[in-house]
Amino acid sequence: MAFEGLAERLQATFDKMKSRGKVSESDVKEMMREVRLALLEADVNFKVVKKFVNAVKERAVGQEVMKSLTPGQQVIKVVNEELTALMGGEQSKIAQAQKPPTVVMMVGLQGAGKTTTTAKVANFLRKNNNRSPLMAAADIYRPAAIDQLHTLGKQLDMPVFSLGDKEKPVEIAKGAVAQAKEDHQDYVLIDTAGRLHVDEELMGELQDIKEAVNPDEILLVVDAMTGQDAVNVAESFNEQLGLTGVVLTKLDGDTRGGAALSVKSVTNTPIKFAGMGEKVDQLEPFHPERMASRILGMGDVLSLIEKAQTNVDEERAKELEKKMRSADLTFDDFLEQLEQVRSMGPLDELLAMIPGANKKAMKNIQIDESQIGRVEAIVRSMTAYEKQNPSVMNASRKRRIAKGSGTTIQDVNRLLKQFEDMKKMMKQMTSMQKGKKKGKGGFQLPFM
Amino acid sequence: MGFFKKLKNKFTTQTETVTEKFKEGLTKTRDSFVGRMNELFAQYRTVDEDFFEELEEILIGADVGVSTVMELIDELKDEVKLRNIKDSKDIAPVISEKLAEKLDKSGEDTKLNMQDNQMTVILFVGVNGVGKTTTIGKMAHSFKQEGKRVVMAAGDTFRAGAIEQLEIWGERVGVDVVKQQEGSDPAAVMYDAIQSARAKKADVLLCDTAGRLQNKVNLMKELEKVKRVISREIPNAPHEVLLVLDATTGQNAMTQAKTFGEATDVTGIVLTKLDGTAKGGIVLAIRNELNIPVKLVGLGEGMDDLQPFDADQFVYGLFKELVEAETGEDAEEEADNSSVR
Repeated sequence: MAFEGLAERLQATFDKMKSRGKVSESDVKEMMREVRLALLEADVNFKVVKKFVNAVKERAVGQEVMKSLTPGQQVIKVVNEELTALMGGEQSKIAQAQKPPTVVMMVGLQGAGKTTTTAKVANFLRKNNNRSPLMAAADIYRPAAIDQLHTLGKQLDMPVFSLGDKEKPVEIAKGAVAQAKEDHQDYVLIDTAGRLHVDEELMGELQDIKEAVNPDEILLVVDAMTGQDAVNVAESFNEQLGLTGVVLTKLDGDTRGGAALSVKSVTNTPIKFAGMGEKVDQLEPFHPERMASRILGMGDVLSLIEKAQTNVDEERAKELEKKMRSADLTFDDFLEQLEQVRSMGPLDELLAMIPGANKKAMKNIQIDESQIGRVEAIVRSMTAYEKQNPSVMNASRKRRIAKGSGTTIQDVNRLLKQFEDMKKMMKQMTSMQKGKKKGKGGFQLPFM
Repeated sequence: MGFFKKLKNKFTTQTETVTEKFKEGLTKTRDSFVGRMNELFAQYRTVDEDFFEELEEILIGADVGVSTVMELIDELKDEVKLRNIKDSKDIAPVISEKLAEKLDKSGEDTKLNMQDNQMTVILFVGVNGVGKTTTIGKMAHSFKQEGKRVVMAAGDTFRAGAIEQLEIWGERVGVDVVKQQEGSDPAAVMYDAIQSARAKKADVLLCDTAGRLQNKVNLMKELEKVKRVISREIPNAPHEVLLVLDATTGQNAMTQAKTFGEATDVTGIVLTKLDGTAKGGIVLAIRNELNIPVKLVGLGEGMDDLQPFDADQFVYGLFKELVEAETGEDAEEEADNSSVR
């Protein structure tokens, strides 16, 4: 389904009326219709959309938009601001009890990703907050749910508390908290069974657990792909348990994730984390302003920048920059840079974060990771001497490299040419920048 | 309306048990949908822009899907102009007529493609957490009930605990599970499973796969490979490729159906968790926008709660009260006519 971003939709609407010059009230109405459709297509609940559009309309009909020379953009700005405000403005952190252990309960529908998220949060707490968590397997219903948590615990080398699937979840929760106290663990993460929000019996079980262990956090795990029903789910979990936060999972998919907005607006509790992949380290703190852009289909520049920052080693980047400026770049440096870009994740994931990346033209572009693999293979087939002194390359060396990397001489030649071009470019840039002050960041993408 | 009368007649003659299951499982969907429709007619006496906007919201609120809804609303608007309808009461039959048109794909085959004289291979695909493994467990159970020999292949070698989960189902329903270690190549598991199922002279082989988001190109390629390996071993297999969809999923369900459809030639859809949601509306969107039939629906957590999907039954379940109100009116009309005479 061709989901267009709100930006493009508004632009199209605006193009239609451009010739008439000034923006009339009916034009604003037309634009609001586009805003409404965009949000509905992104799975934001219709009730939430209604409230939201009214708020935006008020501002739009007022001075802000109608006076502006670029009403389309102005509307986006207003929408974005309102959306960010609704999403909670600032990032929210996980609670910490005054006296450990902090007890965290994970709840949600079946298949939302509670067990995986439990492990991810545990990993996050250890890695980023330097805390020691204990995971408790209280999902006694789904076959092998306990095994799953044990396996994840093994992967992470983290303790898992379980009493098998015969004991009541309340007892498991109590036992886990007692165990954590004894072992001086900082956190207890209780993985509960998935349940429908309309299942009174199982919802009662969660209330019992809550009463027994008095959790500091009750996190609702929500699948980002959830449709209109997200509101009902969040509402009833919140009413019956009193949620303290939300974790949005499967955000690495291609859903717009309007459910985030729905959940946020009915529970009024912050979204604390976002699940970004299947691996245990793919959990990120949730950034409301970025989610706003995503729902509107405007890409996610901030995440991209941050990704680059965390993965690139400052020191090495600076050294590399110096080398580039002096133009004695070698293939060793090149290889290093290639690895840094790769460590940021799959390239198509990176590309998707660039605004405009989800335009029609980009749709059919599939990044061929093997292309990069080929380049890497060529470089790796060079001898240490060749890598340091690319100028020594001759026909026989090239033939050997092509053979060694399973490519053709043409491929090798192309890479060598690109490499030379890059060096030349670096030289030019250095001479151009000489007068100006030094660049602050060390990071530069290679020429891929 | 004729369509509903036809439906009603059909059901009065059909066995009640399946219909009961359907009715129960769909209570939530029906209550919220019919309730809101009735509210709409009570609130708006005349058909105007606001009326349509409200109607639009009811349909979108049931996850019917924006484009299907827009299409429907446009058609309705035309119809209203054409017939010069002003009273909201008069538009009710037009709405059900149009909805029925969208749902009516007679001749659509929702039966599973079972082989008579060879092993039937069914491959299950879908995103994470939709209930693939559970669906396989339930299906194994129902095939077993029919007296068929069933083998399950633990092709989800990625998610922690997935293999154990299928094994527990295997024990529960008394069916063999072919597995390898976690992290092994799923295509290799399929190859093994086919050999083993053949040796056991199985009637049905159910193949589990790891959940994957449809925008992960590499994982989708892996799935293509799994399917290719199956086809290489048994030329016309897999006989069914079932896409498992979570009924609570929103608009993304359509993207899932499209992408999985392209990668693995999906032959049918299993719609799970339909009992808990008020949003069976996605069925409408799927029928309207895609050419993949919904073959099975999950209406509860019990082993028997996976039911063959009958579109007519679904429509009837959804509009039961509306239908009855209408046919009731017809009866009244007839009574009026006779009294005039």
